[in-house]
Amino acid sequence: MSAEIFQKIAETNTWSWIMPELAMGLLALSLLVLEVILPKVAHGAIPRIAILGQLVILGHVVTGICTGTLPVGEAFGGMLFFDETGQLFRVFFLGASIFVSYLGMVSLDKRTLPQVEYFHILLVITAALMLLAQANHFVMLFVALETATVGFYILVSYFRHTTVSLEAGLKYLIMGALSSTILLFGIVLLYGAGSNPALAGSSEDSLNFGNLAGFLAANPDDTLGLIGMILVISGVAFKVGAFPFQIWIPDVYQGAPLPTTALLAVSSKAAGFAMLLSFSKVFSALEDWFYPLLTALAILTILFGNFAALTQRNLKRVIGLSGVSHAGFLLIGVITARTVDWASIAILFYLFAYLLASAAVFSVLVHLNKDDDSDLTLDDLGDLAKKNGFLGLALAIGVGSLAGIPPLAGFIGKLLIFIAAFKAELYGLLGVAIVGVVVSIYYYFGILKSAFFDLWKFQTDEEEVPTAIPGIDLGFLGKLAILLATAGTLLLGFYQSPFSSWLLG
Amino acid sequence: MDDFASLVQFSIAVPIVAAFLTLFVKSWGRPAVQIVSVTGFALPVIFALFLWGFYDPSTPGGYAFVSNLDTGLEMIGVGLHLGLNGVSLPLFVMASVVGLAAGLFAAQSKAENLSRYLFCLLIMQGGLMGVFASIDILFFYFFHELALIPTFIMVGIWGGRDRNYAAMKMTIYLTMGAMLSLVGLIAIYVKSGAESFDLITLKAHLAEMPLADSVQKYAFGLLLFGFGILVSLWPLHTWAPLGYGAAPSSAAMLHAGVLKKFGLYGLVQVAIPLLPDGMGYWDNWIVWLALGNILVVGLIAMAQRDLKQMIGYSSVMHMGYAFLGIAAMSVLGVGGVVLMMVAHGLTVALLFMLSTMVHHRTQTFEMSEMGGLAKKAPVLAAFFVCAMMASIGLPGPGLANFWGEISIFLAVYDFRNWLVYAVVAGIVISAIYGLRAIASVFYGEETDEFIESQKEVPVEDMSWAERVPVLILIIVMFFIGFFPKTVTESINDALESEPVYAQVEE
Repeated sequence: MSAEIFQKIAETNTWSWIMPELAMGLLALSLLVLEVILPKVAHGAIPRIAILGQLVILGHVVTGICTGTLPVGEAFGGMLFFDETGQLFRVFFLGASIFVSYLGMVSLDKRTLPQVEYFHILLVITAALMLLAQANHFVMLFVALETATVGFYILVSYFRHTTVSLEAGLKYLIMGALSSTILLFGIVLLYGAGSNPALAGSSEDSLNFGNLAGFLAANPDDTLGLIGMILVISGVAFKVGAFPFQIWIPDVYQGAPLPTTALLAVSSKAAGFAMLLSFSKVFSALEDWFYPLLTALAILTILFGNFAALTQRNLKRVIGLSGVSHAGFLLIGVITARTVDWASIAILFYLFAYLLASAAVFSVLVHLNKDDDSDLTLDDLGDLAKKNGFLGLALAIGVGSLAGIPPLAGFIGKLLIFIAAFKAELYGLLGVAIVGVVVSIYYYFGILKSAFFDLWKFQTDEEEVPTAIPGIDLGFLGKLAILLATAGTLLLGFYQSPFSSWLLG
Repeated sequence: MDDFASLVQFSIAVPIVAAFLTLFVKSWGRPAVQIVSVTGFALPVIFALFLWGFYDPSTPGGYAFVSNLDTGLEMIGVGLHLGLNGVSLPLFVMASVVGLAAGLFAAQSKAENLSRYLFCLLIMQGGLMGVFASIDILFFYFFHELALIPTFIMVGIWGGRDRNYAAMKMTIYLTMGAMLSLVGLIAIYVKSGAESFDLITLKAHLAEMPLADSVQKYAFGLLLFGFGILVSLWPLHTWAPLGYGAAPSSAAMLHAGVLKKFGLYGLVQVAIPLLPDGMGYWDNWIVWLALGNILVVGLIAMAQRDLKQMIGYSSVMHMGYAFLGIAAMSVLGVGGVVLMMVAHGLTVALLFMLSTMVHHRTQTFEMSEMGGLAKKAPVLAAFFVCAMMASIGLPGPGLANFWGEISIFLAVYDFRNWLVYAVVAGIVISAIYGLRAIASVFYGEETDEFIESQKEVPVEDMSWAERVPVLILIIVMFFIGFFPKTVTESINDALESEPVYAQVEE
């Protein structure tokens, strides 16, 4: 064993490139260990340790981006590809995971359920999604996706004592398995086509994104390749909740524990768009099919999401269906990426705005002190502003940002997408998007109306002195979390320098 | 000139800072909240008057007090680009004055949760100052929305009858209008290829290579109907009377008086100069829809029995004159429109405020249940008559509206003779409903309902606290009425430097 070998190993060692993911996995394992070795009284600290650990990892990634020391290029024999976008998705998934950890902490504290497993699975899912966003190979993509999805099956049915949660879990399992099958079938077809030695551009490793793109460029008329692409897109459409693969969303969002709903709404959706962004490069040879397909999906998704949300009174269903329409707006972003070079920045900005707004909204919902969070309705928001003005303001900012109202981050996100769509001359899509925004105002407004406007409905009855409404105690961590989400939403609404310089610099 | 650029920034920032301060000083009691908020409204007036004093009308078409801040969207050509020109300065001053009156009136109101009410109102004021000071058309839109959102909230929480329905309807209509105009602005941005939302850059760019006719046509259409909804262009006006009827009076004052002028201002300063050929195509549409505003809405206003609704309809009706003046496309007509925007902002705010004061005394807005108030409250009656006369546009002693309307009429006569008949019919209509309202509210016998309500709430004339905001508006109104030149000079200079308007004049 000479030193040369070690040196060579050190030079070609790409394990350090996935440090954040490894650290997440280790943190997840150490949580389980901590549960065993810590005395029972100290178990309450485990969620906090999870959050702290993730903050450290987030700090590592962010400093890496700011100093530009993170690696760029292929690793693990082409399994992963590291670039700026992937790093930002890492930040996104970590941020989402930290917020969900906080939600889980609040939500699980009220219940007699095993706690540590929730955070363990959450961390594993996040690590898998971080790898997914940087996958450069269909095998890697599928393994990462399934790791996350299996975790989701458990988290959706985590409230095992409530039937709705179990029902949601079963629905998600069946629908998820179906979509994974479709995706896998698509991948197999692409593999079969791409490794056919009779065709030009075929290769042994035909599931590598680069190789596959090369093959499709050489054989743009290959039927198998085309069917494979359609099936792969369908599998992804399930993840993002695009029409017609959105049918699971209302029920699963409603039944799942609130933190899991947040994770589904934010991370699972973003994972789909991370995949779509890389697919737009893989399938660039098939763009005559790829983009019309996405356009149809986007139109139907926006219309369905908004119109279906109009009649809902269950908060989690409203948020779920509004999330469907957000998926539609993001699909427009993906379509514009064909011609507008900064469209991926717009998508990322939109996603971050969506993350912050969702974090604010879900943090408010988790504090509503409802035993069964599956039947949170608009009525439960009544008097919120009176119970706790801070929560009311946070809800207003979160919902306002989701609705795309200036001066909040959601507006800038929508604006960037609109400008990109106009540049790409997608007038029809833009029209649909406008209709979607106007319709969405109705139900977002409904949420705010029940939180604020019904405030003094008993005011005229002199006799009826309202009994003192119990206030809501947030605790220091709660205030900090909500403050971060709302301040971020406000800041990105009128001052985007940190974000844009970060992306462009 | 740019020495005072920071004053422009301050007039936007001060109300917003004051808004947040009101929330913090809430625990110190009501007077602290009142002092902070009134300061937040008063400082912009001082700044605006100061800027007016130092404005040099000979600034050749360009903007004075210019400042430019990068907010991080430089990559798509957006920056916080502030400045004032001859058209925006009078509106900027008017916005600050109406804001002060509305703020003074709100600060003494009995609204529940006063600090939150004033918070919304101050945020709105910050947005309003920003609207007229923005050279960047995206920020122009952004500030409009910033002012619009608090309006919905104020209607929804502190509104009167039907507030939920009114707030919802306003929100949906105005969002629709805002989205259409946003797409129109994006269309100009993308199609011009200037890679900038800066109005000056866009103008220079489009002067060299104007947009293709087809693009101008649909972009102008988007802006016309987008702004049109916001300005309550017939038949898209139905949100306005309903919303104003339900809105708390300070919100109605700021919205009807100032914020609604956003759309007209957008047409005058952005849409027409940038898309002159598009204007040529839509000219006829504007004329016919404006006639709908004047005649149809005028007749509806005549049929109103509710004082506040009637004022709401009359304000919608007056927008018709503004659209006609714009359609005339001359320095005279458009200059008249800008002058009328200033005057109308003052009068409609005054009317909303006075009608609420009437309501405090009669406990109703139903005109059939009022009568004889002049005997009990002569000062209120005098102010009301004065405001109503101004609103009708009578050539009274130095009433500002008259000068605006007369210039519009002259321009309309040059433009299409026969339109003058319709316009005169409109004057008759507004005289009928205006004078009838005065008669039924203030004169005649006291109705039984009024006598009943007096037993519960004794009627007194206006207190000094009520008189101050009224006097502020009336004094400015008379000042502009007697010395219209102070305002029109800068407006005309600015408009003459726009080739679109100057051309037609020759």
